[in-house]
Amino acid sequence: MIQTLFGSVEQEPTLLEKLKSGVQKTRAGLVTRLEDALSGKKEIDADLLDELEYTLISADIGVSTTNEILDRIRERVDRKLIGDASELRSLIREQLLEILEGSERPMPHVFEPPAVVMVVGVNGAGKTTTIGKLASRFQGEGRSVLLCAADTFRAAAIEQLEVWGERTGTEVIRQKPGSDPSAVLFDALHAARARKVDYVIVDTAGRLQTKTNLMAELEKMRRTASRVIPDAPHEVLLVLDATTGQNGLEQARKFTESSGVTGIVLTKLDGTAKGGVVVAIARELRLPIRYIGVGEQAGDLLPFEAESFIASLFE
Amino acid sequence: MFDNLSEKLQRVFKNLRGEGRLTAENMDAALREIRVALLEADVNFRVVKQLIEAVKVKAMGEEVLQALSPSQQVIAIVRDELIKVLGSHESKLRFSNDPPSVFLIVGLQGSGKTTSTGKLARWLSKNGHRPLVVSVDIYRPAAREQLNVIAKQINIPIYFGAPGEALPVDLARSAKLEATNSGRDVLLVDTAGRLHIDDDLMGELQQLKELLGPVEILFVADAMTGQDAVKSAEEFHKRLGITGVILTKMDGDARGGAALSIRHVTGQPLKFVGVGEKPDAFEPFYPDRAASRILGMGDILSFIEKAEEFVDKKQAEQMQQKLMDNEFTLEDFRNQIRQMRKIGSLDSILKMMPQVGMLKELQNVKVDEGEMTRVVAIIDSMTPRERNNHMIINGNRRRRIAKGSGTSVQDVNQLLKQYTQTRKMMKSFSGGMLGGMLGGKSGGKMAGKLGKMKLPPGFGF
Ligand SMILES: Nc1nc2c(ncn2[C@@H]2O[C@H](COP(=O)(O)OP(=O)(O)OP(=O)(O)O)[C@@H](O)[C@H]2O)c(=O)[nH]1
Ligand SMILES: Nc1nc2c(ncn2[C@@H]2O[C@H](COP(=O)(O)OP(=O)(O)OP(=O)(O)O)[C@@H](O)[C@H]2O)c(=O)[nH]1
Ligand SMILES: [Mg+2]
Ligand SMILES: [Mg+2]
Repeated sequence: MIQTLFGSVEQEPTLLEKLKSGVQKTRAGLVTRLEDALSGKKEIDADLLDELEYTLISADIGVSTTNEILDRIRERVDRKLIGDASELRSLIREQLLEILEGSERPMPHVFEPPAVVMVVGVNGAGKTTTIGKLASRFQGEGRSVLLCAADTFRAAAIEQLEVWGERTGTEVIRQKPGSDPSAVLFDALHAARARKVDYVIVDTAGRLQTKTNLMAELEKMRRTASRVIPDAPHEVLLVLDATTGQNGLEQARKFTESSGVTGIVLTKLDGTAKGGVVVAIARELRLPIRYIGVGEQAGDLLPFEAESFIASLFE
Repeated sequence: MFDNLSEKLQRVFKNLRGEGRLTAENMDAALREIRVALLEADVNFRVVKQLIEAVKVKAMGEEVLQALSPSQQVIAIVRDELIKVLGSHESKLRFSNDPPSVFLIVGLQGSGKTTSTGKLARWLSKNGHRPLVVSVDIYRPAAREQLNVIAKQINIPIYFGAPGEALPVDLARSAKLEATNSGRDVLLVDTAGRLHIDDDLMGELQQLKELLGPVEILFVADAMTGQDAVKSAEEFHKRLGITGVILTKMDGDARGGAALSIRHVTGQPLKFVGVGEKPDAFEPFYPDRAASRILGMGDILSFIEKAEEFVDKKQAEQMQQKLMDNEFTLEDFRNQIRQMRKIGSLDSILKMMPQVGMLKELQNVKVDEGEMTRVVAIIDSMTPRERNNHMIINGNRRRRIAKGSGTSVQDVNQLLKQYTQTRKMMKSFSGGMLGGMLGGKSGGKMAGKLGKMKLPPGFGF
């Protein structure tokens, strides 16, 4: 009986159900409509541009990046540079490729090991899992790896990393829960030097970018690293959950400010989320996207490819 | 971005001030900005579209409050709508008559299930329950150990499993038995994170549901979730019939538009929010706060509130006079309820009041939004004559009013009782009884202070 603009909320779930199926229907119809449009059966009109807007925004690309892309398309349509919808696909592809240009860069080679890789990000993004995957990948490339359990805060975070250590046959440097993360890092870097490993991968506690004291802790860890190994950390990976919406941009900004992010890992792309916020991030911060996560197993980490990423936005 | 938006809107206001009614034209600019604000807050695209369309229809032709511009009025309407859609304070949980009540905690990977399980267990035990927790996450490394550590921290028993119990169903079955045997009234089952499109693992949850007969299936969602929120929530709901939502990581700066999307596709209430990593960082969900946050127009919203207050103050004065003259009609009663809803729940109004005497008692009274809506609907169904004189509302009229408002005669009876009681109460307040109630000699002084205090709209005493 509560009449809201969406219909009745509590007392009449049936109306809500109806609306729900309505959303589904439009969605199903949309794919076909877009396909029709993109296979050239339709002229470029306002409707088609609306569909495109829907596709881009639904992928979490964000309003301003979407508008920028659509404005350029509108402009070309107005100047009669494109007339039919079949040209549209390559045009959008071009636009997105332009933004993502440079995002495919792999991690630079470190000539004097150990290469120190710090992994940072908000809570639950997939940092620890990504570290397990990275260890497995580096070892597959014939490199030796050491893991550093610098998330001393979250319940059983150290144990979680240790399981990944066992799975991948990698040693884990740890201290007691609650210890100073920088102290663990200090230990790990000395151990890495002594053992002459190629990579040290540092797990850090998840933190929301708004927590200034926790962000300062990352700065401190950076300083510790550079005191032991002058160029360290060589790589700071920001782990970003593909289901994240527009807050992802704020994450990238703040983590870059405090911990000098050098690359992104986009996780959970095996779900239905598209992770389009990285487009907005690439546009503003020009950060390379090193890898994508596509599952929970050690092998579920792939290098980022702009082309296939863009194609997946329209799937 | 916020500065930008308010600047834009200020400009819109300037251009539009002084128009008497909302029209397609003078609403247009505001609606465009609201659309962007909602999308940037991650409200689902389709949901935004429907909302904007509906607001347009609803607002069209409405009279503009004297202190507001058309744009501001539109924003106020949108905010009210968001609050309504987001639902009332729903931190109420269901419990089974045949304990233990089983709560199943489900959701995507990393959303905050294990942490929330601990928080909820703590919350329950603070509220007189005796929870037992169990993790059936046999997949993620150290997942069960994580809950173990949390349970120790908050001093809540955990069923950790016997050797040979390797499957989620085995663990769950034994945990339920353990809860029964040890006199625990709630069993919280923390499950592994999974994708909504993972057929096997979704099947596993259905199996657990069948086995345990949970009274609550709580979907734990990350406040930072983007457009995909509708898909995952919809699928979890379709498969399991979730009964509520816990929105986590609200301590950050995510606008939390996913709340609106999830509520929209599941129809299920948001019950709690997570506001930190620690076990006590857990709060009931407040729709009014969530709505303001989603709109992300802090300064503008507070401006509107002030403006509304200004308008209401005049009304409040009139109200006071009416009370003195014993002319407080059902019409006025309805206006008051409407105003209360405008600034949120009675709870939040009461929070602004001094916590003394009878007002302190009032703090514990929970008024739910649904109730308020019902009351307004009933009064809406009365004729003006009935509203002005409740004495004429006889049995026949009551039946008609009930029918017209889609309620029962009992509801109507109850409302009339409430009204007469309120009338009595407010009369005694305005008649200076307040000082007496505040107790002793200082009462008069306190009442004097109260008189000068800025009272929230709707409280005409
Ligand atoms: N489907 C899927 N799940 C993933 C992926 N990466 C991580 N996960 C899961 O996401 C959840 C969180 O991963 P963690 O590695 O613990 O995340 P974290 O960032 O270390 O979390 P905190 O340390 O608590 O901040 C786990 O259940 C992982 O198995 C991915 O690429 N795909
Ligand atoms: N800041 C903040 N962090 C939270 C909140 N709730 C959970 N977390 C953190 O989010 C991360 C993931 O939480 P978990 O409880 O492990 O999530 P989960 O859903 O059980 O994860 P999986 O079991 O791997 O799917 C941890 O770092 C938690 O401390 C919250 O409300 N605020
Ligand atoms: Mg971790
Ligand atoms: Mg968990």
